[in-house]
Amino acid sequence: MTTVEIFGLLKEKFGDAILESKTEGVPSPYVAVAPHSVLNVALFLRDNEQTRFDVLMCLSGMDYMAGKFGVVYHLDSMPLRHKLTLKVHLTAENLHVQSVESVWKTADWHEREAFDMYGIVFDGHPDLRRILMPDDWEGYPLRKDFKVPQYYNGMKVPY
Amino acid sequence: MITTATTDGPTIRRTETIPGLRRSLRAHEMIVNMGPQHPSTHGVLRLELIVDGEIVVDVIPHIGYLHRCFEKHCEHMTNYQQVVPYADRMDYVAAMSNEFGYVVAAERLLGIKVSDKVEFTRVIMAELSRIASHLIALGTYGMDIGAFTPFLFCMRDREHILDIFETTCGARLLYNYMWIGGLSHDPPASFKDKVRDFCRYFKPKINELNELLSYNKIFIERTAGVGVLPPEVAVNYAVSGPTLRGSGVQWDLRRNDPYSVYDRLQFDIPVGKGIKGRVGDCWDRYMVRVEEMAQSVRIMEQAVEMMPSEGDVQSAIPKRIRPAAGEVYARTETPKGELGYYIVSDGTASPFRVKVKAPSFVNLSALPAMSRGAMISDVVAILGSIDIVLGEVDR
Amino acid sequence: MKEFLISLLQNQILVYTVMAFVPLAFVVPFALFAVWWERKISAHMQDRLGPMRTGGWHGWSQTIADIGKLIQKEDIIPAASDHFLFKLAPYIVFTGSYAAYAAIPFSAAYVGSSINIGLFYVIAISSLVVVGLLMAGWASNNKWSLFGALRSAAQIVSYEIPAALALLAVVMVAGTFDLQEINRLQGGWFWHWYAFSNPLLFLAMVIYFVSSLAEVNRTPFDIPEAESELVAGYHTEYGGMRFALLFLSEYANMFAVSAIASTLFFGGWNSPFGNALTGPWWGLIWFVAKGMTFIFIQMWLRWTLPRLRVDQLMYVAWKVLIPFAFVIIFGVGIWTLVVR
Repeated sequence: MTTVEIFGLLKEKFGDAILESKTEGVPSPYVAVAPHSVLNVALFLRDNEQTRFDVLMCLSGMDYMAGKFGVVYHLDSMPLRHKLTLKVHLTAENLHVQSVESVWKTADWHEREAFDMYGIVFDGHPDLRRILMPDDWEGYPLRKDFKVPQYYNGMKVPY
Repeated sequence: MITTATTDGPTIRRTETIPGLRRSLRAHEMIVNMGPQHPSTHGVLRLELIVDGEIVVDVIPHIGYLHRCFEKHCEHMTNYQQVVPYADRMDYVAAMSNEFGYVVAAERLLGIKVSDKVEFTRVIMAELSRIASHLIALGTYGMDIGAFTPFLFCMRDREHILDIFETTCGARLLYNYMWIGGLSHDPPASFKDKVRDFCRYFKPKINELNELLSYNKIFIERTAGVGVLPPEVAVNYAVSGPTLRGSGVQWDLRRNDPYSVYDRLQFDIPVGKGIKGRVGDCWDRYMVRVEEMAQSVRIMEQAVEMMPSEGDVQSAIPKRIRPAAGEVYARTETPKGELGYYIVSDGTASPFRVKVKAPSFVNLSALPAMSRGAMISDVVAILGSIDIVLGEVDR
Repeated sequence: MKEFLISLLQNQILVYTVMAFVPLAFVVPFALFAVWWERKISAHMQDRLGPMRTGGWHGWSQTIADIGKLIQKEDIIPAASDHFLFKLAPYIVFTGSYAAYAAIPFSAAYVGSSINIGLFYVIAISSLVVVGLLMAGWASNNKWSLFGALRSAAQIVSYEIPAALALLAVVMVAGTFDLQEINRLQGGWFWHWYAFSNPLLFLAMVIYFVSSLAEVNRTPFDIPEAESELVAGYHTEYGGMRFALLFLSEYANMFAVSAIASTLFFGGWNSPFGNALTGPWWGLIWFVAKGMTFIFIQMWLRWTLPRLRVDQLMYVAWKVLIPFAFVIIFGVGIWTLVVR
């Protein structure tokens, strides 16, 4: 199925939770979803006969600057050989989005990395803690406005 | 109390069959740290093992010891070409594959098409790097299991591959060879002959490895039936590469989502069949790698014949890289699995975001699922069969 | 030997003290040589060269250089370890391995102590090593060392049984525990040796050899020092001369079990050519040569085979070797009745 068809299918099922879909004029089409309904959409996409997205290829946190953040999901279907990109747009005031760890186990570590790097909180994640940075690190490194701290535990950071 | 443990079904521990015995023996679970420095964790990986005697109740991997801020660096590059040396250093064992993944993604974003000569040279380099990576994987796996000699035989064979890399681009381990739109150096005149000689040299070496290690009874006992990863669990964990194919799933990006010139080459996809134990055990994953090396030799032999000798490898390299705003997610089949690059461009000369989905990162997250109920020695065997490189896991 | 020393020194206690050091004069140079030899053998089997520079010809003085390095190292004892046991453990391990040399006949003219329960004594005293290993693992205050020590205790104790049973078969045929006597009974050409006299005894030799690999913690039974899992098992925390002593004990133990195998199954100090090339010095040469052959096979196996997991190790001991050993004893008993 193409992104346009999947967008139609999702809009039919979930209505307002599906925000928009950009398919014209971009090298990579995507479907945007509201943050509070990601889990249901994910479950539907994984289990529905026509979509069967059984693999979550990649989950990336994004910082679009000016207080806008996002999460991008790249889904793949092994039996049906099609792909889909889902996007969730967040703002700095409300960096919460539902976790899809219960749908695809691989999201466990990807979401931990997005939390570690951007501070995006995934509600419903069983064990959301830092994965790459040390556990007591302060700040979210991949944010565009991240300032490297001068000292960490008494050690000078920039050398 | 040591009871025979297999990962076949629920482990029956003696203290559980007699109610109240566990409490009265006051048997506690012990937390043992297979720390960042350890001979067989393939790098700086910390595995927190919660063990009951010798049987592992849970494994909690802690990563991040080799985090080098690759993605942050990419955002501060002044040029998309500058990312290539950094990409090399992620999976430092098979550096050509990382570069290949990045240039495929960048060329798709920029809409650049390269000549056949470049494509075939890239395929040959990628396959050589696949053999090199598998040689290290198999050699170190033997070492983890206790067989010290195959490691040195694998290293000896790897030297031949590194020689070819050195004559082509001057570097043995980290190359900066594949650039967006072409290659950094024209392959030398001796390149095709060297590759043919290597293919001829290497085929009997696979048999030697099989005789020494693969069909050794002790090795089979240590790996067959251990660390079984069922195919549905593997797909749900988005495991890829030989780890996925060892579970019986026939999925290889070179065949199922082809890039470069792989659709013009003939090769088989080896899959684990559970010959020695159960489908998806360590022996299957190991054997998939051995057979993949043979298939890589086959690919290289075809590519060398089909590769044109004339042509400029640098003709399609753009002078200034300024892509239109947009994004792309492109994936390639590296020796470890599916390497994905998600490149987002905002129209300037620096990438806005480069997210790397590293196969070892994803494959490692499936380790706890494979090792619950195994023994400590089995955790070493399972970790070796997943074949991770910490450079990729942490980036 | 004893008479010569008594006539020289006139004092019994002094004589016995000197005699206690005589095997040391063999064991220490042997260990130095064996470490170098192992590095060379492993290198050539792995398609490389091994030590080539120290001392000139093929790095012959590499081990001496290593000992020099180990002697001048700082003696580090972990602060939270049990200091007394930590320091005592290497000595106990060495004592267990070395005391076996008291009853092993090096030649027709030399045996440290010709006791008539020689074999029984050797098997018993070499199990002292387990105590030392357990001490080393426990006293290190390190979970990994503890694992290594526990595994080694289970392994050595389990493999004592098939080893002793296999040796019992020889005792049944020879009719004596005295090692010197067993040697004399195998005089003549090499087909008089016990290994070749009877297929059951050949099997007993194989069982003994496999069990002895487990006794000395060599691959495929080197789980206690499994380098790739436990870093170095029970001797992780040891450095400098303490480590050198543990290492020396391992090689001493290797030669001791090889010596027992060659004494009981391959004629000990007897020449394979009947009456040719015999004599006290030739006996020594034959004895050492046979011991070295077994050491070579032990090294060869180490660099070829992977290691067994702990439960597989136990399985081999209890469910494979011990039943075979019982069958052999039964068979040898019947054979002794029928043939004799």
